[in-house]
Amino acid sequence: MTFEYAPAPESRASVSIKPKYGHYIGGKFVAGEKHFPTINPATEEVLSSISLGGKKDVDAAVKAAKKALDLHWSKLSGRERGKYLFRIARILQERAREFAVLESLDNGKPIRESRDVDVPLAAAHFFYHAGWADKLEFAGVGTKAKPHGVVGQIIPWNFPLLMLAWKVAPALATGNTVVLKPAETTPLTALLFAEVCEQAGLPAGVVNIVTGDGSTGALIVNHPGINKIAFTGSTEVGKIIAESVAGTSKSVTLELGGKAANVVFEDAAIDESVEGIVNGIFFNQGHVCCAGSRLVIQESISDEFIKKLQKRMEKIRVGDPLDKNTDLGAINSRAQLEKIKELALAGDAEGAERWSPECSMPNKGFWFAPTIFTGVTQSHRIAREEIFGPVLSVLTFRTPQEGIDKANNTPFGLSAGIWSEKGSKILWASQKLKAGVIWANTFNKFDPTSPFGGYKESGWGREGGRHGLAAYLKGVTHE
Amino acid sequence: MSKRIDVKKTYKLFIGGAFPRTESGRTYEVKNSRGVFIANPCLASRKDLKDAVVAARAAQSGWAHATAYNRGQILYRIAEMLEGRRDQFAAEICELTGVTPRKAQEEVEASIDLLVWYAGWTDKISALDGATNPVAGPYYNFTIPEALGVVGFIAPKKSALLGFVAGIAPIIASGNTVIALASENAPLSAMSLAEVIATSDLPAGVVNILTGKSSELAPWFASHMDIDGLDISGLDAKLVTEIKKGGAQNLKRIHSFKEVASPGRILAFMESKTVWHPIGV
Repeated sequence: MTFEYAPAPESRASVSIKPKYGHYIGGKFVAGEKHFPTINPATEEVLSSISLGGKKDVDAAVKAAKKALDLHWSKLSGRERGKYLFRIARILQERAREFAVLESLDNGKPIRESRDVDVPLAAAHFFYHAGWADKLEFAGVGTKAKPHGVVGQIIPWNFPLLMLAWKVAPALATGNTVVLKPAETTPLTALLFAEVCEQAGLPAGVVNIVTGDGSTGALIVNHPGINKIAFTGSTEVGKIIAESVAGTSKSVTLELGGKAANVVFEDAAIDESVEGIVNGIFFNQGHVCCAGSRLVIQESISDEFIKKLQKRMEKIRVGDPLDKNTDLGAINSRAQLEKIKELALAGDAEGAERWSPECSMPNKGFWFAPTIFTGVTQSHRIAREEIFGPVLSVLTFRTPQEGIDKANNTPFGLSAGIWSEKGSKILWASQKLKAGVIWANTFNKFDPTSPFGGYKESGWGREGGRHGLAAYLKGVTHE
Repeated sequence: MSKRIDVKKTYKLFIGGAFPRTESGRTYEVKNSRGVFIANPCLASRKDLKDAVVAARAAQSGWAHATAYNRGQILYRIAEMLEGRRDQFAAEICELTGVTPRKAQEEVEASIDLLVWYAGWTDKISALDGATNPVAGPYYNFTIPEALGVVGFIAPKKSALLGFVAGIAPIIASGNTVIALASENAPLSAMSLAEVIATSDLPAGVVNILTGKSSELAPWFASHMDIDGLDISGLDAKLVTEIKKGGAQNLKRIHSFKEVASPGRILAFMESKTVWHPIGV
């Protein structure tokens, strides 16, 4: 017998979206010249009209950030700075429902995730960094560490508010002021965050938000008044940023792409591992830089495992992001959906075998069924390129060393998973895997105290923990 | 009795524990500060660099997985071997650069002491930069610094021995392997140091040393996709932008340093790895 779930939609009543937004510069909303729509990817409904930031807007934002730095922010003690961050953390908690609903509307992610992961973690990041603001001399960054000044921050669409928190909280805690550009397709929670700054009484210009597309981001990266760039996004854009700041005095941190392997050994707890693999790739529709997009599984258990995985995938509920029972929401944009489709077709063409459970999907909006490819080889595009969607590529291995070699056979190095019930094997594999974050018998766990960031072409620097502070300070002992 | 004729040394490269000549067959002339001919060191080519990267990559995993205690003892062994050849190195520096014997002695002694200093860091750097992280959930979570991999080093033009040691010692202390390009105009101390390294139980390929022109080779260091990091302390300022652009192709970690003794020089070529595991019965 099968259980049917009655619809359990979260109310939209807590959210009020303005028909049009300007940029948030120097503590005021400033109307932009050109506009573009932001839509709900689950329905294609236009939610609002967003300003496209140009040179004038970026100039104004950098100027406001510099003024706030010189007049207010640099004059405050760490203790007082920290109090503003504590206030922001508290207001995010108070308005959590509103942020969660707005995030799901603009991004397409299930309310279960925005409510239980994105928003609480965003608040936690502010709370954690608030406490660092008056303790930087104990952070092991040396006594000469000083803020960079004006920091340009460019964030992606997969965790819009959470990535804002990862960027803004450490920047403010260390005494920098900020020009932030949210992603083109998900600007609404950042614009709501401007209200939080207002309610917290944050001095005007400490946080400036300029909306726009890649061209706006490039203006921020290349602006001479920006002292440090923090970027989360694709490796392709990360390399362009690294090139464009070469030879300047700008400091850069980059959190880029990934192609994480979830390595399952034959002595793994199978049911737990199946849950972990599902969470690893289908969390947030697979729109996760550290998603476990390759299952690297020991051949001896592969057939049994895939059967169980398919059975589990049949239970994944795809649909309305605001429904509290939804597991897999909408793909964030038409462009991203096209990219996922293209790579999946490449998987077919290169000889891998595609499987998806039968699932009904809404007529409107952008959707992609949870999908696995078996018989994938290391040269397949779906084993090498970041798909950034709910698509899992399965590769097999015979000896543990072969498993590690396959897992490491990628220019990325953001994260990796290990599934085994043998402690010594887990520690051995965790030493051998070339990745900045290793999840053993778990996956996709995040915490403000835990440094996050990649090896190789997955980026420069860490975010979170004591290690993340160094990125926002110059003259650091370990720079 | 006729005057004894010196037996002059042929300066070659140091790749994978061997002393090959450059495959290019090229050399260049090194003269001392008075313009007197000293030697014809190799003018290393891009192919020599590629060979050195292959050797460095092959040695890296084994060196990184040697115990920190073992790496410390081997760095200390290099200091011991250099101590025994102080006079030779001082004489070489004197002859080439024209500094006083006293100054040359001081540079050699400072280089030995610096090796000893870095030898002591191998089993302490994790305590300095590692962490256990109190995450909000039933997970054990720790962060450790790990060697980056294969690192290139463009040695400073001046301070031919001390500046060279200040580059390679922190790079290899953590478990990286290195391809060092010796000072263009004063490469002899570095090549003599290769003889010290070769007799210090350091596995072949951990340190590889080239001589040649940084204007020719540095761009190949920057664009090589199997070099993970680059210490450009000795690079001409006018080349920095080009080298950093080249390094962007594989997001190389590129740094330069002023201090010779700093844990930051070790950590710059390490990566932080964070490991999570659930806690439960």
